[in-house]
Amino acid sequence: MSQKMTRRRLLLGGAATAAVAIVKTSFGKMVQTGIPEAALDPTKHVGPLPSALGTRSPFEHPQRKATLTSSQTPLQDLYGIITPSDLHFERHHAGVPAIDPNTYELLIHGMVDRPTIFSLSDLKRFPSVSRICFVECSGNFRKPDKESITPQDICGLTSQSEWTGVMLSTLFREVGVKPKATWFLAEGSDAAVMTRSIPVSKGWEEAMIVYAQNGEAIRPQQGYPARLLLPGWEGNTSIKWLRRIELSDGPFMTREETSKYTEPVKDGKIRQFSFTMDARSIITYPAYPVQVQKGWVEIRGLAWSGRGKIARVEISTNAGKTWNIAQLQEPVLDKAHTYFRYLWQWNGDTTEIMSRAIDETGYIQPSLEQLIKARGIGTGYHLNPVTAWLVKRDGQVVYKPEQWK
Amino acid sequence: MFKLRMPYWACVAGIAMSSCEQRADAVPIHFGYGRAATANEIAGKAIAIPPSGIGLPPGNGTVQQGAVVYASKCAACHGVTGVEGPFNILVAPDTANAIPFDRAPKRVKSIGNYWPYATTVFDYVRRAMPYNAPGSLSDEEVYSVTAWLLYANKLIDTTTIINAKTLPAIVMPARKYYVTDNRKGGNGPYE
Repeated sequence: MSQKMTRRRLLLGGAATAAVAIVKTSFGKMVQTGIPEAALDPTKHVGPLPSALGTRSPFEHPQRKATLTSSQTPLQDLYGIITPSDLHFERHHAGVPAIDPNTYELLIHGMVDRPTIFSLSDLKRFPSVSRICFVECSGNFRKPDKESITPQDICGLTSQSEWTGVMLSTLFREVGVKPKATWFLAEGSDAAVMTRSIPVSKGWEEAMIVYAQNGEAIRPQQGYPARLLLPGWEGNTSIKWLRRIELSDGPFMTREETSKYTEPVKDGKIRQFSFTMDARSIITYPAYPVQVQKGWVEIRGLAWSGRGKIARVEISTNAGKTWNIAQLQEPVLDKAHTYFRYLWQWNGDTTEIMSRAIDETGYIQPSLEQLIKARGIGTGYHLNPVTAWLVKRDGQVVYKPEQWK
Repeated sequence: MFKLRMPYWACVAGIAMSSCEQRADAVPIHFGYGRAATANEIAGKAIAIPPSGIGLPPGNGTVQQGAVVYASKCAACHGVTGVEGPFNILVAPDTANAIPFDRAPKRVKSIGNYWPYATTVFDYVRRAMPYNAPGSLSDEEVYSVTAWLLYANKLIDTTTIINAKTLPAIVMPARKYYVTDNRKGGNGPYE
């Protein structure tokens, strides 16, 4: 091999080195790129030759917005329904663990006939399934209180991928889940050893153990080498870095389903096991900090529901006085981000534009006022209000903050 | 959906179909992948403690010993008395029966007023704390720091010993407020 390989490597290496340039992004970071930032006349210079790994155009800088515990997807920079894997939102409870796929194991035990340990290659041998669905954090609304707020700030804790793996029902059959098992514990191997209790029915219906995301191995930030995937349910239940499933006849009442991921509701009650994500939508264009011009504006955005397909999306361009039907881009999938568009002629007057999602159960995305009226001002998770963009006379689009009352 | 040949044993057992010829929807119940988990392997990993307390290890914890553990391993993040932070406040500033959370957006949620089960304290501390060295406390230390946290939240007195028997018996004052999700979708009233 050596001679041919060496020569090939040399050639590739030589070409790659010649094409590599260090450029400064608009964010001020020095990044290595294969493509020069500004070619004087691209028809007069031979560009970089094929390489082992692609890059974004140096003119494009989509970035997650990170805090200590999460990072948000730049919804306003995306065009379709699939979130590029490196822009998928993150929420970790103790950082991203480094897991060797060769020593990875998934233990399934408890109320089963055959407690079993599966290696990653075992999981990959089972019949596989792919599914496109969103994953959304139930804390995906941060009570924005100023105009300079982007779609990423409002609800960037939702992302969508094509996930590939094995149906959990296949594994349930493999280990022989006992009829009296009604819940299962899913446990991660991160430093939080993150755990949630899940009704067994969800496991039989549509849960998956997934090892691939958008055609390649899952990213470490999304649970490499394998995670649970519960379509339509609050993201933290889709336990990442999954190491153990314990079948049981009741919930374990872990910290993440008692003192966290629960929300105060009316009459002093605290609502628990609020798994399903209610229908929601967001206009991603035009949105802050975009400035529009008088004339035709295509309003674009995403709508999704944890209860099924999006039935329709309605757009108001007059602050909610009247609503019109937006066009839905196919595919319109079950529990999936759905892209919508609405062509609007802006006459130059100050106005508010907003969208609301209606899912196939007939649920209509509520206003913040309706949510607070139903749950009280001290409520927390699962806030999915209609949000408005204020279009000012000069075309500047800003978020319209709402009173929390 | 899957193109799989029906295995011999499934034919003998008469499962799912009467013929052993290839059929598009034939999926075996068992593939035989994976290996049997031993009791030791399970015991080493099955650390979750449900409200019944099943699975709690031997040992005892005291408030006094817990105060020592808390001061050296927890106070830097959670504050000297559990209320100072900078990270999660562990000691409730009020009782579970103070003004309801749905009417008090700024009310601090903590062990004394927002944790429905005492077993969760043990489970969570043992699996995830201290943040900079998770899983480093002995079971006795976890029992003790659990005892101190319950004491600091005025849920037990200084003489209560916390162990596999006493911990599940503690009734947390917030528990009565917990309800299971009742949202249903559809066009009914918002929940």
